[in-house]
Amino acid sequence: MIVPLDEGIRELVRDGDTVALEGFTHLIPVSAGHEIIRQGRRDLTLVRMTPDVVYDQLIGAGCARKLVFSWGGNPGVGSLHRFRDAIQNGWPVPLEIEEHSHAGMANRYVAGASGVPFAVLRGYTGTDLIGQTANIKTVTCPFSGEELTAVPAVNPDVTIVHAQRADRAGNVQMWGITGVQKEAVLAARRSLVTVEEVVDELDPVPGQVILPSRVVTAVAEVPGGARPSYAHGYYSRDNGAYQAWDLISRDREAFENWLETDVFGGRPADAAREGGRH
Amino acid sequence: MDTTVNWSSDEIMTVTAARALTGDMACFVGIGLPSTAANLARRTHAPGLWMIYESGTLGAKPDTLPLSIGDGVLAETADSVVPVPEIFNYWLQPGRIDVGFLGAAQIDRHANINTTVIGDYDDPKVRLPGAGGAPEIAASCRQVMVIVRQSRRAFVESVDFVTSVGYGGGAGDRERLGLRGGGPSRVITDLGVLEPDPRTRELTLVSVHPGVEVDDVRAATGWELAVSPDLAVTPAPSDEELAALRKLTGR
Repeated sequence: MIVPLDEGIRELVRDGDTVALEGFTHLIPVSAGHEIIRQGRRDLTLVRMTPDVVYDQLIGAGCARKLVFSWGGNPGVGSLHRFRDAIQNGWPVPLEIEEHSHAGMANRYVAGASGVPFAVLRGYTGTDLIGQTANIKTVTCPFSGEELTAVPAVNPDVTIVHAQRADRAGNVQMWGITGVQKEAVLAARRSLVTVEEVVDELDPVPGQVILPSRVVTAVAEVPGGARPSYAHGYYSRDNGAYQAWDLISRDREAFENWLETDVFGGRPADAAREGGRH
Repeated sequence: MDTTVNWSSDEIMTVTAARALTGDMACFVGIGLPSTAANLARRTHAPGLWMIYESGTLGAKPDTLPLSIGDGVLAETADSVVPVPEIFNYWLQPGRIDVGFLGAAQIDRHANINTTVIGDYDDPKVRLPGAGGAPEIAASCRQVMVIVRQSRRAFVESVDFVTSVGYGGGAGDRERLGLRGGGPSRVITDLGVLEPDPRTRELTLVSVHPGVEVDDVRAATGWELAVSPDLAVTPAPSDEELAALRKLTGR
């Protein structure tokens, strides 16, 4: 249940998997994303409502074959340049995209978590998203005859989220903006939760164990694992890092230097070699 | 008049947008200019404004301008924090939100909005962030306000991609599509204010900011701009509004 991060990624994330790293600005599992890069995973279908900096990094490192998303940007800063380069120029590998709205993505997770094949919503009508995305269709209400939108359930092979605390049994406490993390974990076949700290006993706050241990495959203790995003009650968002990413990511060479120093450098050599990146 | 102006075109745009938010409206706020305007309104004439951010914060009352849609200050000051699916399914979709406040990369004469891609979808000139919450905000809020700097690049004859529907091809289209919200009621720019013609739903210039000529607005619009016979001049920002805005943005 409680595993080191590298072991958790090695056991749970496989080449070709559909992988969701969720976190809505808050509690983004950045360290787990970097470990996926270090282990050299390839051909992943990355799912996430708001692919931001960590997905830019995974895409730039060549881990992804496809991206399923609803808003891709560097929040509060601007564009994702690695994401753009992959779409516009196929660098370092071509990236297929499946594009939704937030309401559509949220409902795909809800259907996945609910064990039903699709979700119904009043959305997308009149937009060009319908024509671009095979996974948006219309459905007729069997009761009223009204035409609505259907999106299929998303059931990731593995969902990774970050949270504040877990106990040794793997019960996970999470608070603040909880985004779509619960639905993404419940929709997944396997799950990894990285946490700020593992404690012997959780402070009992009724309702705050968002993920009971039976829906969590593994927990890894990774203090600071959401940086440069934030973990409410532990540390704040590093806005400077998001701004700095804009410059690093604009240039392929600057990005590759960043990968070498910040992701592969200063880490256990075996973790870097494991991926066979070189 | 120009010689006494002590505000920028961005400032009058933001102040004008803030004034459009009144009373205790429930306002779905996007980050950037919409968030600045909404926070300004709450600090000046609309202290009861109920700000909702799509990260899940209902009734956020930040004491500083949030730098992202999921800024911790939003959660700390909100009346309630709910999961993201609830924001869209329980709050937006049933029509509980009075006004949606959106930005745009491109907008056309019927206020259809593109935030997805410039150029061809499969071979884009510029790949933009995408839809986010906007399509359903545009579909479901009782009214929508758009805040965007006016230029020929942004105000185009036809958007390259309809991310969010304004009035489609014109009068009657929203009804045909079954969209429940009222659609864009106002587009606020750095040059003036546009509103849909009640009959044709075409965006019509109803107000120019002080010092701006109609020809300036025409030159920044990529279609033949309709101008209201009752064209007004936007009231200049008051000292109080400017002070509150500058305190907010740290200028």
